[in-house]
Amino acid sequence: MNEISVTKDVAPAADALVVLDKVNKHFGALHVLQDIDLTIARGEVVVVIGPSGSGKSTLCRTINRLETTDSGSITIDGKPLPQEGRELARLRADVGMVFQSFNLFAHKTVLENVTLGQVKVRRKDRKAAEATARSLLDRVGVGAQAEKYPAQLSGGQQQRVAIARALAMDPKVMLFDEPTSALDPEMINEVLEVMQQLARDGMTMVVVTHEMGFARSAANRVVFMADGRIVEEARPDQFFSNPRSDRAKDFLSKILHH
Amino acid sequence: MNVLSDNFAMFREGFIGTVELTVLSALLALVLGTLVAAFRVSPVPALRAFGTAWVTLLRNTPLVLLFLAVTLGLPALGLKGWDSFWLAVLALGCYTSAFICEALRSGINTVPVGQAEAARSIGMTFGQTLVQIVLPQAARTSIPPIGSLLIALAKNTAIASGFNVTELGSVQKTLNAASGYNIYVIFLWIAICYIIITFTISGLFRLLENRLAVAR
Repeated sequence: MNEISVTKDVAPAADALVVLDKVNKHFGALHVLQDIDLTIARGEVVVVIGPSGSGKSTLCRTINRLETTDSGSITIDGKPLPQEGRELARLRADVGMVFQSFNLFAHKTVLENVTLGQVKVRRKDRKAAEATARSLLDRVGVGAQAEKYPAQLSGGQQQRVAIARALAMDPKVMLFDEPTSALDPEMINEVLEVMQQLARDGMTMVVVTHEMGFARSAANRVVFMADGRIVEEARPDQFFSNPRSDRAKDFLSKILHH
Repeated sequence: MNVLSDNFAMFREGFIGTVELTVLSALLALVLGTLVAAFRVSPVPALRAFGTAWVTLLRNTPLVLLFLAVTLGLPALGLKGWDSFWLAVLALGCYTSAFICEALRSGINTVPVGQAEAARSIGMTFGQTLVQIVLPQAARTSIPPIGSLLIALAKNTAIASGFNVTELGSVQKTLNAASGYNIYVIFLWIAICYIIITFTISGLFRLLENRLAVAR
């Protein structure tokens, strides 16, 4: 299936923030990640696309070890990812994560959702944490909803709160695991706009998505995955206009023409 | 119908004994039950094994046997100086904790896994995730069964009368043995005492349920 060895048009920058080296993972008999090598530079926006079941969500989740790996190494800002325990918790605080299903804390208000990590993990003073939370909520456009519970918000609003919650930890890198896949069509844009703003502000981002428009406009690099492997890596304009692998050509022809 | 007024002091003492036994055993059971539930979902295999053993042992031992083990076994093992009341609290509390643990664990299992993942992803430790995120949400679904368990506990305290503890059961035994009152009337008054206690527990739990029912 490796019709071409992985094509890299973008040389990994010197300032590598996230480095995956020969990462392998199995779900039972299924080899979901096969020898994944991926380097993400500081400030880079990497969009991971591919057919469902290709391992892209799993890849995203291994970066903060919500999924364990079988072999290979993952380093974040020069530090290898710890196995478990307090060390791992500390490192996770530096890696923001946004989920497909938002996962806002259902029993806490929007403001508490964004404050909790700062107070409990970063040991910030509650006043300062609330001030940070309110300014972040304003930044993602849900400042007026601060006292509400997550269930009282629309999907798009909830996802923007989830982005604010991750940003409140002042992360080095943000992971987005299909952040718009559970949203109604008219709410997708409000979330993408927040993400685009974040990209322009220089945040390092790994985004698993089916939003090709976002990949075109915001990504520095597109990583195309299929069957547990990275098949192709390229700049978005190159990837979308001139994909090299047959697998990517096939994928793009299916999603772009209808 | 003057068995109550004739023996009011004895009834009062028995009633207070049952209430004290219920409240203290309930507190012990809630604390131990929560702790053991945390053990049972913890990532540490040794703690999980301990939790499973605790539940299996205590849940499957008849309460009377547990009372015997505690009141006869523990002093024989060198635990001297505990009076029968505190030994009864220990037996009832440990016994009920096994059931509380399982009620809580069923609640924990209803909390979507994404909640814990989100907590871990912002750097919370296992303990913080459990205390801040999972248990408060698990409590909502566990409250009705825990209410039932505490009502069962209130009635189980009657067994303590067989082990020299003053409570409602011992009132009944004393009065039956004593002085020719109508045995059904004695039972009726004792039943009313239990109803007061159990209705109070269910009322408290209904309040708690309403308080915790936040908009989802």
